[in-house]
Amino acid sequence: MAEYSAFSLLKNALSGNKDWKPAWRKPDPKASYDVIVIGGGGHGLSTAYYLAKEHGITNVAVLEKGWLGSGNVGRNTTAVRSNYLLPSNTRFYEHSMKLWENLSHDLNYNVMFSQRGCLNLAHTPAQFDDYARRGNAMRHLGVDAELMTVDQIKRLVPALDVSGSARFPVIGGLMQRRAGSARHDAVAWGYARGADRRGVDIIENCEVTGFLRDGDRITGVSTTRGEIRARKVALAVAGSTGRVMQLAGIDKMPIESHVLQAFVSESLKPIIDTILTFGMGHFYISQSDKGGLVYGGDLDGYNSYAQRGSLPIVDEVMSEMLALFPGLARVRMLRSWGGLCDMTMDGSPIITTGPLPGMYLNCGWCYGGFKATPASGFCFAWTIAKGEPHELNAPFTLDRFYRGLFIDDKGQGATPRLH
Amino acid sequence: MLITCPYCGPRDVIEFAYQGDGNRERPQPASQDLDAWNAYVYDRLNPAGDHNEIWQHAGGCRAHIRVVRNTLTHEISSTAFAHGGHRSATRHKTEAKS
Ligand SMILES: Cc1cc2nc3c(=O)[nH]c(=O)nc-3n(C[C@H](O)[C@H](O)[C@H](O)COP(=O)(O)OP(=O)(O)OC[C@H]3O[C@@H](n4cnc5c(N)ncnc54)[C@H](O)[C@@H]3O)c2cc1C
Ligand SMILES: [Zn+2]
Repeated sequence: MAEYSAFSLLKNALSGNKDWKPAWRKPDPKASYDVIVIGGGGHGLSTAYYLAKEHGITNVAVLEKGWLGSGNVGRNTTAVRSNYLLPSNTRFYEHSMKLWENLSHDLNYNVMFSQRGCLNLAHTPAQFDDYARRGNAMRHLGVDAELMTVDQIKRLVPALDVSGSARFPVIGGLMQRRAGSARHDAVAWGYARGADRRGVDIIENCEVTGFLRDGDRITGVSTTRGEIRARKVALAVAGSTGRVMQLAGIDKMPIESHVLQAFVSESLKPIIDTILTFGMGHFYISQSDKGGLVYGGDLDGYNSYAQRGSLPIVDEVMSEMLALFPGLARVRMLRSWGGLCDMTMDGSPIITTGPLPGMYLNCGWCYGGFKATPASGFCFAWTIAKGEPHELNAPFTLDRFYRGLFIDDKGQGATPRLH
Repeated sequence: MLITCPYCGPRDVIEFAYQGDGNRERPQPASQDLDAWNAYVYDRLNPAGDHNEIWQHAGGCRAHIRVVRNTLTHEISSTAFAHGGHRSATRHKTEAKS
């Protein structure tokens, strides 16, 4: 599949870059497929890619209501990390991290994965102890973690206010050096191209408006481009899960849809070379390769399907940024936007067979599904191909709440907006 | 977004604490009905459109309020005391602001 190489770049440069093939075809939908994946975000596309690559299932369509990348895969702040506490989460996200580390090579597409680290700041002794515990839990499972002192942090991020007079003085932090960021659009495009070249039909501007059924069994979908049948129908629609499940007659789920905002500033010279999270509020920041500061905070806090945010959160995020970086007070904000997050009751995702026969469900990514994109697709493809979960996603069932087996990494209980 | 508290009148959303889906029904404390408890604690209606939800005027009179709000536009079509209360329910429209 290697279309991109030093040689091809040179050759195409000499011919004026006119001979590149489109990254993916624009086929019309066929009457039926082996597998339909609903949702052309990162997770839907990676699922299709691994279905083809790992399981040889290529008679697959990915149906996207808008254009590729119009959902959260193109709206997130690109933080990739595996610094979780509970073993089921740590194993899953670490598997993802390992796939990230080889992704550009695997896809022959530069996803600009940059392991610049992720540092969680601690502001109280109790919080620092908690990070020590988390770091130990990570190292037990073979994931890198390091406690950092204030001096080390000061050297790493000179612009940060680590003085005793800071609003929330910093007393240390937990660093995962292998964490980092990736170019989110490239992740979608790279997976799309990889799936397309293996025969998957990627069909944009094709909204699923209902399900075809034979009794309980799902046998296909109706769409704005006609009816399409399939033996297996897989959902990966992120924040729209509630809406799409309602089309299948399931109106209650352990999920609420919330809006999460993000912000980018004007370009600055390099001032921060890691991802920093503020443990006292909910704030995180990194700097993009173009120089913009990329940052965000909490959910707006109430159910929403509007892909835009409210002003109180803008206010809160800015004040948290200034508590950490007083020197940024006069930097101008360039853009803000919002994306839909399907928040589960324990803050962990759902990757499962069912809940109806013929249906497969991938949802509940809360604030943090971008980092999961490779492992999510890998595990979901496995689940679809074999009709049973991979060991890594076996704990992420839909009925875990009912059975008392929730995966509550933050210990915040059944309050989705707090996760 | 402005929410009209039946007691205090229209106030900014930052004065309120969100309490979520207002359609859930709490089982009797002694109930051992697992389905009912599961539905109460974990299941949500989550509609794209009008949503019946509970808010508390935490930064004001502290009353719990039943609000019908459109989750696509944030337009609020009605507010009332969550549990009856001493004033009759008010009905009004506020501009969709966010
Ligand atoms: C502001 C913000 C910041 C974030 N930051 C991070 C971060 O730093 N790190 C991290 O790990 N995660 C982050 N996330 C979360 C992450 O972006 C998501 O969890 C993840 O991208 C979700 O998976 P996806 O890419 O498949 O979703 P999406 O890209 O949203 O894909 C779902 C697709 O389904 C389509 N769809 C919906 N309904 C239908 C239908 N009826 N028919 C056809 N198609 C349909 C949508 O159009 C959409 O393209 C952030 C999210 C937001 C909003
Ligand atoms: Zn009031």
